[in-house]
Amino acid sequence: MDKLRLRFEKTGRAVYISHLDLMATMQRAFSRAGLELKYSEGFNPHPLISILLPLSVGTASICELMDFRLRESSDFQVTRELLQTLPERLTAALPEGIRVLEAYPAEKKSALLKWLDVKGRLEYDGGAPAPEDLAAFFAQPEIVIEKKTKRGMGMSDIRPAIQNISFERDGTTGDAILLDARISAQEPTLNPDHMVAALRQLRPELAPDFAEFTRLETWDAEENLYR
Amino acid sequence: MDKRLKRILPRVQKPARYTGGEYNQVIKDPESVDIRLAFCFPDTYEIGMSNLGMSILYHTMNSLPFVWCERVFAPWGDMYAEMKQAGIPLYALESGDPLSEFDSLAFSIGYEMAYTTVLDMLDMAGLPLRTEDRPDLLPLVWAGGTAGVNAEPMAPFIDLFVIGEGEEMNNELLTLLRQAKLEGWSKHDFLCRAAQIGGVYVPSLYEVRYLPDGSIASVTPKDGAPAKVQKRIIQNLDSVPFPTHPVVPSTEVVHDRVSLELFRGCVRGCRFCQAGHVYRPIRAKKKETLVRQGIESLKNTGYQELTLLSLSTSDYRELPALCDGLLDYCEERSIGLSLPSLRADNFSMELMQRLQKVRKSGLTFAVEGGSQRLRDAINKNVTEEDLLNTCRIAFAGGWNNVKLYYMLGLPTETDEDILGIAEMANKVLHCWRENAKNKNRGVRITVSTSCFIPKPHCPFQWEAQIKPEEYMRRVNLLRGAITAKNVVYNWHDAETSLIEAVLSRGDRRVADAIELVFRRGGRLDAWSDWFSFQRWVDAFRDCGIDPAFYANREIPADAVLPWDHIVVGVRKAHLLRERERAYRAELSPDCRMQCSACGAAGLLTEGKCDG
Repeated sequence: MDKLRLRFEKTGRAVYISHLDLMATMQRAFSRAGLELKYSEGFNPHPLISILLPLSVGTASICELMDFRLRESSDFQVTRELLQTLPERLTAALPEGIRVLEAYPAEKKSALLKWLDVKGRLEYDGGAPAPEDLAAFFAQPEIVIEKKTKRGMGMSDIRPAIQNISFERDGTTGDAILLDARISAQEPTLNPDHMVAALRQLRPELAPDFAEFTRLETWDAEENLYR
Repeated sequence: MDKRLKRILPRVQKPARYTGGEYNQVIKDPESVDIRLAFCFPDTYEIGMSNLGMSILYHTMNSLPFVWCERVFAPWGDMYAEMKQAGIPLYALESGDPLSEFDSLAFSIGYEMAYTTVLDMLDMAGLPLRTEDRPDLLPLVWAGGTAGVNAEPMAPFIDLFVIGEGEEMNNELLTLLRQAKLEGWSKHDFLCRAAQIGGVYVPSLYEVRYLPDGSIASVTPKDGAPAKVQKRIIQNLDSVPFPTHPVVPSTEVVHDRVSLELFRGCVRGCRFCQAGHVYRPIRAKKKETLVRQGIESLKNTGYQELTLLSLSTSDYRELPALCDGLLDYCEERSIGLSLPSLRADNFSMELMQRLQKVRKSGLTFAVEGGSQRLRDAINKNVTEEDLLNTCRIAFAGGWNNVKLYYMLGLPTETDEDILGIAEMANKVLHCWRENAKNKNRGVRITVSTSCFIPKPHCPFQWEAQIKPEEYMRRVNLLRGAITAKNVVYNWHDAETSLIEAVLSRGDRRVADAIELVFRRGGRLDAWSDWFSFQRWVDAFRDCGIDPAFYANREIPADAVLPWDHIVVGVRKAHLLRERERAYRAELSPDCRMQCSACGAAGLLTEGKCDG
């Protein structure tokens, strides 16, 4: 068992930990849990960990994936038993809001991860619009928005990155809409915030005053669970 | 989490510094404690979380079962504006509760430029700034830290100061506060009782009278307060609690590593140095204690770096053995060990090479004075030969980056001394040419100067600071003399130094100007991003305060000093003697060669001074 994978949650106060800071936090948590990460060779060794889909600050997730390698030695081998106890051990060494769900050998290549389920809560201070209006907006054949690319600002159609999307009124309060969507995780990557940006740019009267998102589940291109 | 906060956090820089929730934070049930304490650091999270004193006292105060001590830091400008606009009061990180729900606010004030931020945090907590406008016992506002050795400029705002080391004193104070709260004492009764705790200074129990020329006539205690407040020290550093499970920030801070404190105090008596005098007597931890605490801390934090702290690391008697003990653990785990504060005169290349096998960072030396005469006058016992010897070994060993720190405006400094700085930089450059293994990589020599600031409780406490115009003249003199293109010259501005001098040697009347600067928007003044010299100049003018009276005046040796009633252990007679020796450019031997009988050992009731 060489390359291992971790599935974990990042919720509550931990959603404000940035991607880079999360890497450092994870590295320290392994060390606190008495688990030695394997390091790269070379002049400036760094631990071999990689988070499959970087999460933006402020977005929660209950389906994060991270690949890692442990340093094996004559008296330390990665076993099935170790992987079973690892989630609890590591969770105890992590800050509030990060909880490890499972650890297992990474079999599927990270490139095979294609779709992501997200839910969102759109808050409207002046009262929420009709969910149907939002659904109709996202049902258009194309939704071209201006967004930041590697080469400055550019126009891009986000519609193909949305597999399906639905809206309903938040039952508890009248001023929020709940969103459920399956969006493209990579190639292209759709940041859920782009859906809000689309409203702001193209239908400002439907744009919420605040939106927060949670990643729920990962899928491959055939829409089978990705693990 | 507060709904308003939730909306703000995604748009501010580095929001993780405003949320708490870090590993090793202390969470208690608010219903189970009698005292909720907000431990406030008047600077940003990144600075405060790098402060070992904060970490130690957070741990010792939380060890009291009836206290829940939580951390509070000053928000950066963007967060500050957002909080103001949304009407969010200052809150503590652990619980997220506003400071209005706390029984007490304790400030750690390490430097004078934090004063306006203290006022800002009181204001953001919804409290009146002045102690006289807070008639109730709770919330009690108190403060400690190095700035307390002259507490006067902040005296009108702070109910009481704790002077010296806080591990024991703070808990005695909190125990008394709990009794006062449960028994319903008045604030005055509590303050009178608190003033009897060793190290506690209650400014409102001292009446200050002034002479017509503006200097102090007398400081008179009342209601049984002691005439002199003697700083508290920890007698035995091996037995005092030390946190080996500190809070680990979830975002990068300035010193993101395990810090071990080797000893308190300093055996060197640099005559401009406040720290070297106010932290005496010298008390070292045993190397066994340090190795144990270091390894435990690394295990409990997961940090990949450990640093050794003290005023002069190479003066730790067992340094090589300590490093061996720590490296045995660190090396096989790829944990880095760093040693700041090394001196050029007893610098060990062997040690440096062992520490920096992979990456060679730069070498920094605080030379302070440009000529041997001036270095003798300030008692900086470093010779040009020491420095060049060290550089020779370093250049031969592959280092190619040297930083040299100096002060301009030291007492007795002449233009010749200043030109000596440029000569010295040239000699270092010449040394590189003669010794460098690989000249293709080039060399970088950085000369930095700052303006001398006279500080309380050191031999130069009576000296005048040069005016900013004169500092700039000296800077330009040096600029003109540095011609080699491999030598870079940086100078700190004199304006901050002038304000710092006023606040360092200020009395209670300076408080009005501090408040006015805050009222006009001053906060985070230690940051050039936010510091405004003009705002200070205007406030001094509008309060009828002459900054030159505090900064640029030589204080007569027989004058009553604003901080005379605070006793740090080193006797005034010793300081005066050292000042006289400075004028004769006479070195004083360091404490290890010969005890100078400075008086600090008198604070010890057990053990002896390690000087």
